[in-house]
Amino acid sequence: MTGRRPVGPAGPGPGSGEGAAFSVIGKRNRKVDGRRKVTGQSIFTDDLQPARLLHGKILRSPHAHARIRSIDTRRAAAHPGVHAVITGRDLPVAYGIIPWTRDEYPLAIDKVLYVGDGVAAVAADDERTAEAALALIEIDYQVLPAVLTVEDALAHPENQVNTFSAKGNVSKQVRLTFGDVEGGLAGAEVVVEDTWFHAGSTHAAIEPHCAVGDLGADGILTVHSSTQVPHYLHRELSRVLELPIDRIRVIQPAVGGGFGGKSEPFDLEFAVAKLSCLTGRPVKILYTREEVFAAHRGRHPMLMTYQVGARRDGMLTAVKARILIDGGAHSSFGLVTTYYSGQLLGAPYRLPAYEFDSTRVFTNKPSCGPKRGHGSVQPRFAFECALDMLAERVALDPIELRRRNVLGADTRTVNEFRVTSNGFLECLAGVERASGWKEKFRQLPFGRGVGVAGSTYISGTNYPIYPNEMPQSAVQLKVDRSGRVTVFAGVSDIGQGCDSVLAYIVAEELGVALDSIRVVTADTDLTPVDLGAYSSRITFMAGNAAIAACAGVKRRIQDAMAQAWSVPPGQVRLADGFATAPGTPSHAVPIAEAFQAAEARFGTLGGVGSYNTPKDVHGSYRGATIGASPAYSFSAHVAEVEVDDQTGQVRVKKIWVAHDCGRALNPMLVEGQMEGSAAMGFGEALFEEQPYDERGLHRGPSLLDYPLATTLDTPELESIIVESGDREGPYGAKEAGEGPLHPSIPAIANAIHDAVGVRLTRLPFLPPRVLAALETRRQAGLSWKGRR
Amino acid sequence: MLPLPPIRYLAPKRLRDALELLEQGGRGRTAPDGDGAQRRGPVLPIAGGTDLVPNLKHRLLDVELLVDLTRIEEPHLRGVREVAGHLHVGALTSLAAAAADPLLRQRHPTLAGAYRQIGSPQLRNMGTVGGNLCLDTRCTYFNQTAFWRAALGHCLKRKGTTCHVVPGARGCVAACSSDGAALLTALGAEARVEGVAGDRWIPVESLLQSEGRRHLALLPGELVTELRVPAAPPGRRAAYEKLRMREAIDFPVLSVAAVADLAPGGACRSLRVVVSALSARPRVVTGLGDLVEGRPLDDAALERVAAQAYRQCHPLANMTADPAWRRAMVPVLVRRALRRAMEAR
Repeated sequence: MTGRRPVGPAGPGPGSGEGAAFSVIGKRNRKVDGRRKVTGQSIFTDDLQPARLLHGKILRSPHAHARIRSIDTRRAAAHPGVHAVITGRDLPVAYGIIPWTRDEYPLAIDKVLYVGDGVAAVAADDERTAEAALALIEIDYQVLPAVLTVEDALAHPENQVNTFSAKGNVSKQVRLTFGDVEGGLAGAEVVVEDTWFHAGSTHAAIEPHCAVGDLGADGILTVHSSTQVPHYLHRELSRVLELPIDRIRVIQPAVGGGFGGKSEPFDLEFAVAKLSCLTGRPVKILYTREEVFAAHRGRHPMLMTYQVGARRDGMLTAVKARILIDGGAHSSFGLVTTYYSGQLLGAPYRLPAYEFDSTRVFTNKPSCGPKRGHGSVQPRFAFECALDMLAERVALDPIELRRRNVLGADTRTVNEFRVTSNGFLECLAGVERASGWKEKFRQLPFGRGVGVAGSTYISGTNYPIYPNEMPQSAVQLKVDRSGRVTVFAGVSDIGQGCDSVLAYIVAEELGVALDSIRVVTADTDLTPVDLGAYSSRITFMAGNAAIAACAGVKRRIQDAMAQAWSVPPGQVRLADGFATAPGTPSHAVPIAEAFQAAEARFGTLGGVGSYNTPKDVHGSYRGATIGASPAYSFSAHVAEVEVDDQTGQVRVKKIWVAHDCGRALNPMLVEGQMEGSAAMGFGEALFEEQPYDERGLHRGPSLLDYPLATTLDTPELESIIVESGDREGPYGAKEAGEGPLHPSIPAIANAIHDAVGVRLTRLPFLPPRVLAALETRRQAGLSWKGRR
Repeated sequence: MLPLPPIRYLAPKRLRDALELLEQGGRGRTAPDGDGAQRRGPVLPIAGGTDLVPNLKHRLLDVELLVDLTRIEEPHLRGVREVAGHLHVGALTSLAAAAADPLLRQRHPTLAGAYRQIGSPQLRNMGTVGGNLCLDTRCTYFNQTAFWRAALGHCLKRKGTTCHVVPGARGCVAACSSDGAALLTALGAEARVEGVAGDRWIPVESLLQSEGRRHLALLPGELVTELRVPAAPPGRRAAYEKLRMREAIDFPVLSVAAVADLAPGGACRSLRVVVSALSARPRVVTGLGDLVEGRPLDDAALERVAAQAYRQCHPLANMTADPAWRRAMVPVLVRRALRRAMEAR
């Protein structure tokens, strides 16, 4: 199914073996945790059953917006089997993942902001007792008017949702202009303008959030959590619990999916920590699925108006966007989201002039945050649909229109981001060829069609969430005379495979068999800091840190063997479990013997490596750093659809997914990310939305009602890996986990247009919406492919 | 996660013992508690549990004792067999077994096909034919957690006084969501109902009632133990169309069962069209005799039937799928069902 199409000499990035054959890198190796996962041996947070474990539950608000007049917990506290009850007053320190917008409490103090907002928590002998105790907590609410829409939030600043907001219900506003936008639009020969709506979506990871807090007799508080940001959790626990950070240990066990939904602290982590401190016993809280929907932090609903100007030859002249963002009750990552909604559109096309005006507002709904493709999936949907309209207006093939406007490699975007490697043209060519585009576009019969879209995404954010000059990622190695290497890293494997990637890199660098690598990650007592699994940063950053950590160890081993064999150190090769001096067959020893020789000569072996981003990759205007990345991935999709014009049902037959990941360190994992991304985007295109009723009640907070696509719905997916070889990525690698989601949605929208001649601007493309659009076209007397 | 309430559990081997347990619960413990919910007492039968267990976690039912039916040894509760030309299907037959049963697939391929469309492989392995027929009515305001329903203010079906689907309604309009129910109604199937006091056969059409809180015409303690599907005459044409959002898992948002019997020349002897996923009871489209009987089921006839169904069927906002769209889909599905039926065999 997969063709790898290398672009030029892949792999100019850091890492040994340049120009040489790799032993591990680029091979379809097993994941290091794969066999344990599929046989049920992996330990997830809810698998932890420490002795004397108590079970916690959180009482949640049934109101979307209400003042808490009083809380009486006495009956609950007196209930047999209950060990502790806490309320917001017990944890009165506001927190927030972004240090400038700390606007939430672990448990509500004066006011609840959405249905499901936590108010109190209990620890009891078992879950059922805890649940019974919740029913005994008496709360006197004064119900307030609920603000449920963006329009309402802006029209009624007096109904303030989040009282930390400086300005009514505005969470963040960003307006940035690059180049002569008005001139570019005025001088355009064609201007396309329309408004698109992305309804938002949630992550729906299989594993619900879970945390276990355990205050030891030594005064050390250990929190196990299904988080994807152990380091940020560590810091926030210290702040909120007002405990010294060196008394807290955060451990992330195996995680059953994150997708951005576990990338900030949640109420349960603070609650288990506090309840354990009060009881001296370990306390566990496992969310129900409904609580996962309330915790949310999913994709923001965005209402987006774009004006796109171009010349008759399809060359873009200017782009102008106005975006309204529904943030829910808290800021979460919203400051970043608001920037990303505009800043990440600067590639893969050259925009001569660009302006965006994005406003995020607070509403009385669960907070939105980062979901795979954070902040840029929605604008990408709108913009790639606009490009399709533009191609139609200037009578150009939509792939050709995109090709003409390609940004290229080793350049800067209109908003001054440095772009290094760029395989976007190869992505376009790959999907054009594989899909049979030229034979299909406008050639398929009515009801069937193909659509194309492109995108770009970051390989990590250039700056940490809290300003500091320290490395963003680090790796420590313990190199053992048995021939075994243990890799210690703070990274969060949430299923994407970063533990495996570190093992591949260290195995490659030190010539150790993959089975001889142990990876210890995400334990703040044992592992050096990594910022976490977000913004597609780990392969790029921790990968470089791992290469750096290996360098010194490798040199010492080479020196030791060079001395033993009387050859220059550069001629000692470490690969496939052996140290050799190529050309001299007698000079070959198992790698353990080489380690022993080095240990004898230099003492105990070990290594430390770290990575920090280059600081010259963005402009100097306010906000210029947000969205800047050391490298960018590129993607292009072609989707083929069938539309039932009687029911409005859309069937996506196939998506061809081309992605420039720089270099595939393991093509199997890259394909997994490409297919998973494309499938997730497909689900957002056809099925997913988050409807709330007039009370602010989610209409279906369950996996029966929230329609994740099943395997029967999911189209056939064909992955085409493009390797542009980034000079700063490990072996040339860039990200693959988020970029390939973006083009799914607009490619499907554009394919629906090719199939039946209607432009859908509101997600998801539910049958009633498709049917209504078809009816509008019929009533307008328009025909498409000969059909009225 | 959502804990189950504390429940006692018994698994008798004899049907008689199960019926006695159910009857005692039904008779002795149905204290009227004024919440208007359907109550057959705090003793409930469980077979596959695919619907009951989530409903118990959501606290949609009160139960003190679950009587597991799956250990009952009486043979008529299991499997498909032929008796005097009619097919008998035991209520404990799994949906997967029914879907794969050679006899059922040969005699009533449409019914086997409908069972194959239910849920997912795992749900079909656990779920039973009897449980599917007796499936509780479903509603977007009812099939939610206890927390959710409390935030809503409860509803007519349980603990509340208001219907959120039809404000002011006095009856519950939760939807029949059983794929089997619509088709069994169209096929003229009967259900064997056994209780301590007796053993009777009633048409499926009469078993299913229009009140969403009491959608089964069962006395306290009674069980559906088997189904009888009458022999299909020569010239039988049948089809089932299920509209749903996804290709698996989902309950129907609309379904149409069509059963036509044709004379050798192709003229229609009789036609039954049943539309379901509307409210508690599948709707048998009436007045079709005058429209089609004695004439071929050609395109013009299909249009007349589709229009008749459209006039009589009014999907409600008891699920999140748009009711206006679902209504517009009634004639589309009727046409498709009839075309498919005519193409079959």
